[in-house]
Amino acid sequence: MMKFFDKLFGKKEKTIPRSQDMANTAPLTEEQIQAIVSGQSPHFDMQQLVAGCGQSVGKQRELNEDSIMALTATIAGNSGNLPFGLYLVADGMGGHQFGEIASNAAIRSVSDYIMKRFHPYLFHLKTEMMEEPFQEIMLGAVREAHKVIQREAPGSGTTLTAALVIGQQVTIAHVGDSRAYFVYPDGRLDPITRDHSLVKRLEELGHLAPEEAQSYPHRNVLYRALGQGDFLEPDIFTVAFPQPGYLMICSDGLWGVVAETDIQRSVVEAPTLQRACQNLVTAANVAGGPDNISVVLAQLIG
Amino acid sequence: MGEGDSSALRQLQPGATLVNRYAIQEVIGVGGMGSVYRARDMHFPNVTKLVAVKEMINSAPDPLVRQTIVQNFEREANLLATLNHPSIPRINDYFTIGSRSYLVLDFILGKDMEAIINDTNGFLLEEQTLGWAIELCDVLDFLHKHKPDPIIFRDMKPSNVMINQKGDVILVDFGIAKTFQTGMKGTMIGTEGYSPPEQYRGEATPIADIYALGATIHHALTRRDPRIEPPFSFAERPMRRINPAVSAELEAVINTALEYDPENRFRTAAEMKQALMGVAKKTGALARIKATANSIGQIDTIKPLWSFKCEDEIRGTPTVLNGMLYVGSYDNNLYALNAADGKFKWKYPTNGGVVSRPAAYDGNVYFGSEDKRLYAVNGISGKEVWTYHAEGPVRSSPRIAEGHVFIGSDNAYMHAVNINTGRLVWRFEATDAVRSTPYVLNELVYVGCESGDFYAVDFRGALKWRFHAKRAITSSATSSDAALFIASLDGMLYALDPRNGWALWRFRLGKASISSPCVVDDIVIVGASDGFIYAVDARSAKEIWRFRTEHQVNGSPVAYKDSVYCGSVDGNLYCLEYRTGRLRWKFGTEAAITGSPFVYDDIVYVGSTDHRMYALLA
Repeated sequence: MMKFFDKLFGKKEKTIPRSQDMANTAPLTEEQIQAIVSGQSPHFDMQQLVAGCGQSVGKQRELNEDSIMALTATIAGNSGNLPFGLYLVADGMGGHQFGEIASNAAIRSVSDYIMKRFHPYLFHLKTEMMEEPFQEIMLGAVREAHKVIQREAPGSGTTLTAALVIGQQVTIAHVGDSRAYFVYPDGRLDPITRDHSLVKRLEELGHLAPEEAQSYPHRNVLYRALGQGDFLEPDIFTVAFPQPGYLMICSDGLWGVVAETDIQRSVVEAPTLQRACQNLVTAANVAGGPDNISVVLAQLIG
Repeated sequence: MGEGDSSALRQLQPGATLVNRYAIQEVIGVGGMGSVYRARDMHFPNVTKLVAVKEMINSAPDPLVRQTIVQNFEREANLLATLNHPSIPRINDYFTIGSRSYLVLDFILGKDMEAIINDTNGFLLEEQTLGWAIELCDVLDFLHKHKPDPIIFRDMKPSNVMINQKGDVILVDFGIAKTFQTGMKGTMIGTEGYSPPEQYRGEATPIADIYALGATIHHALTRRDPRIEPPFSFAERPMRRINPAVSAELEAVINTALEYDPENRFRTAAEMKQALMGVAKKTGALARIKATANSIGQIDTIKPLWSFKCEDEIRGTPTVLNGMLYVGSYDNNLYALNAADGKFKWKYPTNGGVVSRPAAYDGNVYFGSEDKRLYAVNGISGKEVWTYHAEGPVRSSPRIAEGHVFIGSDNAYMHAVNINTGRLVWRFEATDAVRSTPYVLNELVYVGCESGDFYAVDFRGALKWRFHAKRAITSSATSSDAALFIASLDGMLYALDPRNGWALWRFRLGKASISSPCVVDDIVIVGASDGFIYAVDARSAKEIWRFRTEHQVNGSPVAYKDSVYCGSVDGNLYCLEYRTGRLRWKFGTEAAITGSPFVYDDIVYVGSTDHRMYALLA
């Protein structure tokens, strides 16, 4: 029973005191519980994409260099009602290197590029099938953002983890060490991106043990970042949206600070995605908040 | 990103003159911050003196950023002014006009090494590359011995090495070269892929340049661009495995330069130069010994378990059920053979070639013929159960699902035929002949046609969605858990969302393809008429390997255990490791193989246009 209330109100939340005349309550009957439970998991006659996001400057930095975006829509048309989502997290590098300009430019440029492509499908009833594959659109968007950053803040750089959700497909474009995860209700937390960081590469090569990596002095060094170098090769791939499950994108201010089991629990146990994001940001701040914190959560229901 | 920004970034046009002196002729390069132009110096009116004008547009809106850019620009100019070496371009002038700054350098008539690599068919010659490497050691040595502080180039890579008309190297782009300072945390210096591990930590030293030179030569002689590989992975791509013409001596020198630990590399560029000179002496005069594939001896010794000869070509694919093998022939017959020993059981004559693949189901065999009919025949006796008139030659193979036989015909319909009665249930009209084999997944039937349309049709025959390729889709679809894959005569391999037909990605094959892909472990494998068998990552569309056969690959690959089997018009059946594309063995027939093999119980069955059916140990 307690577990049920935990689920209903979120574990960390204090139960709101009821008014006096409701204090005298009997235990709920099985029917009443069923009624509440079914009310909690509404059924949709079509698939719904929902999302939440959260951000904090953290406890130790003065400047926020992270940028995020979460946009959700439905494309109605000939092939049914397609959920559409665009979720972006960008973490600008290094305080004196104009990281905030870089992450801002990344979000601005990538969303501009992608929205221009999808505009006819989102806001007109276009019957033609889009010719350009999703992965090519993502690649074009990332390459354009790379150029914009080199123009607006040469020498600066940013991570970018972008997820384009169309129907049940998630197309990821990824550069740097922000991460995308699939979070499953059964307790698994699967990172689906691979960090472009020196420390991860040294781990892969066997030069560093995972426990040494935790305290490696050059943890922040990226070998691939948006805006850095003349040639950029982002990781781009398409996978099925987890059902049941969640898509989470976050900066290292979250994944590097909060233990995976705590992340997983916060996501699964919160009553809403928005609450889950707030709880995740709080958890990172409680753990010291050494860096900017950004998180986006999305779920496909129905 | 408004329109105004793009005009501020516009390139100078030919005819424009800078500071009344440099007449712009042509754009010769484009970088992240501006262009490089060829210009004529008008202070020499009587001769044509050409210069390279390197432009840097300071379009940063933030004043602090602007200031940093100006500082970097002046640093490059000042640095170049102090250097005098034949492999370093001389600086003639620098100036700033508004938000644009310019460096005026000697014009180099030549080509950069990256362009040379890309424009060369096959590999660069070792002798030539070795000569460049020696000259690069020489200029690095010069920079590293600079007084008072050594200069670290920090960005050695093929695109920063120009080869002039005399064949000598010139280092260009000193934009980030400088005397060593601790790198700022969180940033990279240099170019990913070419830079050594310590440079990512900001520890740029002369030995870091040696690593990058090793990486440059590795790229030049293997054509494998390190920027698209994980960092520090040269050891996973030994030069001689990719390009057997490279000498063992040179490989050893490059491996030393590419050592992960700086302690184990050459200590100076001069030392590396000595080692390269040693290679030149040893190998220079000797004719190359042609390297031969080490396993070739056993590759051709495959013997068939049995073979069976028809009266005409076998163009299609066999199928095996309950110990019987069924295969069609261009002699108009469907043959039934004992799968164990190839003994003839029966044949069923039609009035046209049987070029597709029969389907066996519940004791019967279903197959189409160019005589416009679909046949159902008893699998044991060969007696006819029913025939169906498809109104056009049948080159598509039947697919059986949910009590229906789905089959395409050249009459531009896909037919759904009741499997028991042979009666038409419905037919779906395409825009051209349907030669692709229908594919069934999650209650939808997918089929392509010769106009390039690809359809998803439900079990009632209603169109769910349509995808259009630029040319015919003769290939049949296959799927992984999330995507549908088809090849087209437009030379693309497509991944589509099976629910709505949106394209996830497309992969460019060398030429048109009618081969049907197969998927194993998230690897999509398909043949094309350029003679290659391609393996592509199903999630990212990245090429994993390609294998070259001697002629078109029109049949479809088949994965079995850890191998993939595929025939080629060159007459061979190839057995490759599906993860690496490495040749395990090949089996030569007397004529082209156009169909697909069938693998069952560790035996590969394949037909050839030499009229024979072969059974081989897998």
